[in-house]
Amino acid sequence: MSKPPKQIHLAAHFPGVNNTTVWSDPAAGSHIEFDSFAHFARTAERARFDFLFLAEGLRLREQGGTLYDLDVVGRPDTFTVLAALAAVTDRLGLTGTINSTFNEPYEVARQFASLDHLSGGRTAWNVVTSWDAFTGENFRRGGFLPQEERYSRAKEFLTTAHELFDSWRGDEILADQATGTFLRDARAGAFVHRGRHFDIHGRFDVPRSPQGRPVVFQAGDSDEGREFAAADADAVFSRYSTLKEGQAFYTDVKSRLARYGRRPDQLLILPAATFVLGDTDQEAAELAHQVRRQQVSGATAIKHLEFVWNRDLSAYDPEGPLPEVDPVVGEEHISRGRAQVRMYRDPLAVAREWRQLAEANKWSIRDLVIHTGNRQSFVGSPATVARTIDDFVQADAADGFILVPHITPGGLDAFADQVVPLLQERGVFRTEYEGTTLRDHLGLAHPDAVTPAGRAAS
Amino acid sequence: MSPTPPAHLHLAVALDGTGWHPASWREPVARPRDLLTAGYWADLIAEAERGLLDFVTLEDGLGPQSSRALAPDERTDQVRGRLDAVLIASRVAPLTRHIGLVPTVVTTHTEPFHISKAIATLDYVSTGRAGVRVRVSARPDEAAHFGRRTIGRIDSFDGPAARELLTELFDEAADHVEVVRRLWDSWEDDAEIRDAATGRFIDRHKLHHIDFEGRFFSVKGPSITPRPPQGQPLVTALAHDTVPYRLVARQADIGYVTPHDAAQARAIVAEIRAEQETAGRSGEPLHVFGDLVVLLDDSEARAAARLDRLDTLAGEPYTSDARIFTGTAARLADLLEELAAGGLTGFRLRPAVAGHDLPRITRELVPELPRRHRFRDAYEAGTLRGLLGLPRPANRYSAAAV
Repeated sequence: MSKPPKQIHLAAHFPGVNNTTVWSDPAAGSHIEFDSFAHFARTAERARFDFLFLAEGLRLREQGGTLYDLDVVGRPDTFTVLAALAAVTDRLGLTGTINSTFNEPYEVARQFASLDHLSGGRTAWNVVTSWDAFTGENFRRGGFLPQEERYSRAKEFLTTAHELFDSWRGDEILADQATGTFLRDARAGAFVHRGRHFDIHGRFDVPRSPQGRPVVFQAGDSDEGREFAAADADAVFSRYSTLKEGQAFYTDVKSRLARYGRRPDQLLILPAATFVLGDTDQEAAELAHQVRRQQVSGATAIKHLEFVWNRDLSAYDPEGPLPEVDPVVGEEHISRGRAQVRMYRDPLAVAREWRQLAEANKWSIRDLVIHTGNRQSFVGSPATVARTIDDFVQADAADGFILVPHITPGGLDAFADQVVPLLQERGVFRTEYEGTTLRDHLGLAHPDAVTPAGRAAS
Repeated sequence: MSPTPPAHLHLAVALDGTGWHPASWREPVARPRDLLTAGYWADLIAEAERGLLDFVTLEDGLGPQSSRALAPDERTDQVRGRLDAVLIASRVAPLTRHIGLVPTVVTTHTEPFHISKAIATLDYVSTGRAGVRVRVSARPDEAAHFGRRTIGRIDSFDGPAARELLTELFDEAADHVEVVRRLWDSWEDDAEIRDAATGRFIDRHKLHHIDFEGRFFSVKGPSITPRPPQGQPLVTALAHDTVPYRLVARQADIGYVTPHDAAQARAIVAEIRAEQETAGRSGEPLHVFGDLVVLLDDSEARAAARLDRLDTLAGEPYTSDARIFTGTAARLADLLEELAAGGLTGFRLRPAVAGHDLPRITRELVPELPRRHRFRDAYEAGTLRGLLGLPRPANRYSAAAV
């Protein structure tokens, strides 16, 4: 007898402020009006997705000293829009990216605990870190962190937030109108945290929320980031959506869990994934190529080449060959507020490799960027895409995917209507929500069930 | 010359837990176990909207409620614990259509950048019905929740030490609001161009660094959130003294004040108008609302008896910065008219018991006022600024950019 197939987790990433999002398409709507968010969330809930995911960036990107104007620009406040989405959905999880560098634990903890109450236990926190002074210029706390301290601060931030969430056990509110006792415990919410990054004490003012603590996501890919995920996260938002890379990442991160006394099923691996659907595989492939051309205009291609070259390439023809000049290597970067540029750790080697690729394939600058950039993860007919996603999950390349449509807000509709029913037929995706909280959807235990000993001791 | 008919009054309700009386949670209508649910707040705000009120405010702080103004307490006989007010407002926004939503935000420990985009987003999710009530925190225990600054202990709001601290906190609040407002304007309304021909999503010349540099902080900008539907959501503040009156005069669209009679109202309004002139805003619309705690019943005796009963439950007589009114809706309407003669343009009523006094406001007071031609009989505008007769302001940067 074979074991039952793994159940797939699916989530919907609201299209972001990068060139994956095609704003020039006639079907593209507002990325800021609430109706777009509501449409997107309702589609995800109709499809019985686990959750909706929102990214965040706290400074508008600049390149060459001016605002980057080729991609979608502008986003709402994460907490505020998620609270409103809780009003137009009943079960869908609500995951927000919140920075641990430019916030304080008391405020973030009360926001997440409040959101968890207001959504009936559907929140998750994608903990990200920054260190750049560029973003810091928008904040009174200003400054920035030495790069090596960002995970140290993030870890202590999360620990502190957990101490705040746990400062209420959940049974303190008696509200006995007859006797006049509202609280059983005069010290409910009392906390003390003395650490390197935070030295705070007092009373937390939001009583324990339905999930106890929000579900915690981690998205960093460095060794430190993976270790942080293994120690403290419930899910990882990864970038490895291909089979081989996905399996390697999955194996690596899950193998780190034992060190922290955790089981493999206590951390979900959920890569970001893009998709293009067509009536046939061939039609989908043609559509996918068109979408790539929409995503990478000539102007975008030049800007993306500048990520590696780190110099002004505006004089170059995107339909022409790659520059002969070499990249500028140094700390100062032409592109600011963009994490992606840090991927090119050896720009000179990348430039050499790309010149060879372009020459061998007779690619222009734009062709090269189209081919080396992020191609769609899943391209095909609904049947092909459903089968591929299922295969990837069963082959332990992922526990599911966070889907990133390229059209706002309708880009998820076809997936919901055409692919989800096929996954349901395969018996690998829910046809109804079984629980009410995001922890229920993700199969994660309530924190009170995980650490009863620790809680009793506190 | 015929006298101009008296203007319509504006009416808001201040929501705080189960009501403003500390024993309000013990009333049968109070629902104290529902305070942490969305449904509780949705029901109250729907009731306020049924009464055609201009807006609701939501109390908040960065620490548990306390019976002491400047320190925490360890009482177990009053409501303790609450939800973030901005998020309550946002959670309820899609369930309402007309009423303004004005959550409280503390300026002392928060980032103006975060507050600006949060209120802008509230304006988006409510399609133009957002405001904010700003307040400072002089509580050392709230400062210890952040650990980024020490706030010296003061025992009262009087005396030189208190004056120095409050002046500093209110000056900081003024800078905070200045940054919040500049960030709202940091995108011009037509900054998003989606120009397929050039591939540009925005016209980057229509986004602006705000380059704020002040005594307390500096903020670069622009916001990550485009200019909200109202352009500038409403900024409001409660004020009891010259220093906060100055904040109202410099930065607010509405000030809440606490006169106990028409003469006091007149004096406060005069002081705020003078400060407004000093601040160079004399031509700009600035509402001054009177705050009143209200207990409404079919007879004055009943209302007074209810206050007695609540005071007995609380173990002490209720005191407030605002005048406490006990009586019928008709008598309250009389009082509002009388106070309005002192120059107030509206009122923010604090229901002593939300579950009792809010429906009395919406179902008894509100019908009384249109009979006197002092209140609307239907919502007449789609935005909060519209309800308050405030124009959508021009963007400070588009004028400069010409």
